[in-house]
Amino acid sequence: MTILLFLVPLALLLGAIGLVAFMWSLRSGQFDDLDGAAHRVLMDDDIEKDL
Amino acid sequence: MTAAFDYESLVTASDSGIQRFDAAIDGMTCAACIIDIEHGLRDLPGLLNVRVNYTNRRLALEWRDDSFSLSDAFERLRRMGYALHPFEISQSEREETETSRRLLRCLAIAGFGAMNIMLLSVGVWVGGDIDPETRDLFHGVSALIALPAAAFAGQPFFSSAFAALRAGRLNMDVPISVGVMLALVMSVYETLTHADHAYFDSAMMLLTFLLLGRFLDHAMRRKTRAVAANLAALRTPLACRLLPNGEEIMTPLARIKAEDIVRVRPGERLPIDGDILSGASTLDESLITGETMRRPVRQGDVVYAGSLNYDGLLSIRVVKASGATLLDEIERLLEKVSAARSAYMRLADRVSRLYAPMVHVGALITALLWLMRGASFHDALITAICVLIITCPCALALAVPAVQVVASGALFRAGVLLNSADAIERLAEADTILFDKTGTLTAPDQRVINADKINAAIIDLAATIARASTHPLARAIARERPRGATCEVREEQGHGVCALVNGEEARLGSVSYCAMEMEALELGPIDPEISLVAFRHGARSALFHIRQTLRSDAATQIQRLKDLGFSIEIMSGDRKEAVEKIALVLGVDQWRSAMKPKDKVARLEELRLAGRKTLMIGDGLNDAPALAAAYASISPIEATQLTQAAADAVFLGERLAPIITTLAIARQARHLMRQNLALSVIYNIFAVPLAMAGLLTPLIAAAAMSGSSLLVTLNALRAGKDDLTGDEKESSMDREEGFLAETFL
Repeated sequence: MTILLFLVPLALLLGAIGLVAFMWSLRSGQFDDLDGAAHRVLMDDDIEKDL
Repeated sequence: MTAAFDYESLVTASDSGIQRFDAAIDGMTCAACIIDIEHGLRDLPGLLNVRVNYTNRRLALEWRDDSFSLSDAFERLRRMGYALHPFEISQSEREETETSRRLLRCLAIAGFGAMNIMLLSVGVWVGGDIDPETRDLFHGVSALIALPAAAFAGQPFFSSAFAALRAGRLNMDVPISVGVMLALVMSVYETLTHADHAYFDSAMMLLTFLLLGRFLDHAMRRKTRAVAANLAALRTPLACRLLPNGEEIMTPLARIKAEDIVRVRPGERLPIDGDILSGASTLDESLITGETMRRPVRQGDVVYAGSLNYDGLLSIRVVKASGATLLDEIERLLEKVSAARSAYMRLADRVSRLYAPMVHVGALITALLWLMRGASFHDALITAICVLIITCPCALALAVPAVQVVASGALFRAGVLLNSADAIERLAEADTILFDKTGTLTAPDQRVINADKINAAIIDLAATIARASTHPLARAIARERPRGATCEVREEQGHGVCALVNGEEARLGSVSYCAMEMEALELGPIDPEISLVAFRHGARSALFHIRQTLRSDAATQIQRLKDLGFSIEIMSGDRKEAVEKIALVLGVDQWRSAMKPKDKVARLEELRLAGRKTLMIGDGLNDAPALAAAYASISPIEATQLTQAAADAVFLGERLAPIITTLAIARQARHLMRQNLALSVIYNIFAVPLAMAGLLTPLIAAAAMSGSSLLVTLNALRAGKDDLTGDEKESSMDREEGFLAETFL
């Protein structure tokens, strides 16, 4: 059961990484416009159009 | 709006020298508009950042130096087909955003805690042969996670419960807090005494689900609040300021200073306290004095913000510039919009208020009964915790507001802004729809078509008078001379306006009002969709021919309403021929013409006595009494302030389609509210006796309670969803048929 001494902290660490990532995205305003973000991903605004 | 708008006053500058401007966007129909607007503005000189928020239909512009011109941006958007309504983000909205983020942060912590504890607990609950040392280790680790996580994530509940207790009241957060704390304390005790089970998992799961429900509820409310703020921007917290050179400029109310001169047109509320420089009118001061009789006012009289100007153009010298009185009133209107508490909701609130004491008493009785029957103190306490947890009234409390919030969000997406508290339910019950013609069935823009045949001097004078009125036909005449002054006029509802010009009375209005029946007869039969507006000033007279075009989707929408079983009527103050033609095109058999405001109210009364639930749709000053008298009412955004205030809902845009969507969403919402109330009552009827009988563990109690809340919330999310996709599918078809209707006219 000594493996638990390794696995339990590892599980907690992984969870904590997710938590930190979420807090960061919340702080950087990624949850401000949920509807817009859903559509923006489909827009090719980074491609320059040749006219 | 004929006057220009003073944009610059709403720009906010940050410390770093970046200037920022926020505005609500009107005319955004789909996600492609995001890119349309952002790309369209991106190459403006000096602009640093342009960002559209699609969720609440807002635009933020940021720039640093003087090379950027805000009016260029406005002009470009206007040419692209979008209208901007500037506004200031209110303090309350900022606070809402902050609360929402705090809830989300708590939710993340609670979720993290619950998941990790669950990971450990599953092993304990499932593994029957787990050795005691490992079990104690797992319990210990769980405690280390649960106690700080609960201390952080439980704050919204703990602080609310504490505040309630200190005020000597009970609210729903009290049983939640007591339940969670008892479960945690019990668990720590169990862990220290090496018992078989601890309940950290239940406590954390409960917190997570409660926070989830609270966050969803809050997020939806915040959205309506944002809508309401946009609505406030549309609702012009603006005043028409008169510049020393005679020009008018629309200025945000907050920027009006003492000694400024402000113009107020008939049908508008006075934005400030002041005294009248020129003009005469009657004022409805019921908002301030409670006196319903209208007060005639003239030059030199002192007038107060919030009074409603009935029939004359007033120029007012500002005495008190705070503007607080009207702002207060607008805030109250907004409160009405966002709280939107209908009869059902009040019922739910009442139930919740009774509920909290009942829950505590129930839990106490349970514990006592089990003790009396000889159970151990430990078992009795666990059962009582179960009762506390399972009766968390989330389902009952969420049942109605969740539906309302989702429905008003769906309505917003369809371009409808709710105005009145119980509008959703009343709209859902309507069965007879009465349309006004001018400005409602017809497009808000109309044109004078015989301008080239009328003496230019007469048009100048007529436009000057027309500018003082908010009637759509008058606006058409005013549009002939886009730049120019206005004069003092007196508006007689349903007839026209008159003014004193060079010592002689000039009248603009209906043919009979200007005594020009003979001239109108001489014209012979004219094109029936032309409205005649007469003008007389001494010997000079003219008949303006104003053509109205139907809103592009009027024909299809009326047909669809008829197919849905609504009975449709047209009530217009316009000439018989004009109404008849429109009624024919739209296929409406029931129509009335030449109706005065009181005739419209009488007709509504008649329908009410016949047991009909009427829905009035109108925009004019003359429709305001009818809108207030009808069972439910909707008005287009072009309507005057008075009319909008009388209506239950306001719809945006040129098309009539939002009306049918409103009715569909309202019906769906009412259905779901009833369903949700039934669901939560049934849940409690079954769950509470089971919990009292001790048949549930705290874990199952937490899962069941959360499940019922989720069920109710998910059920609420259905409000408006189906109808919108249906509407989108048909919108392209509508546009085609609308085009046909327009070419036919």
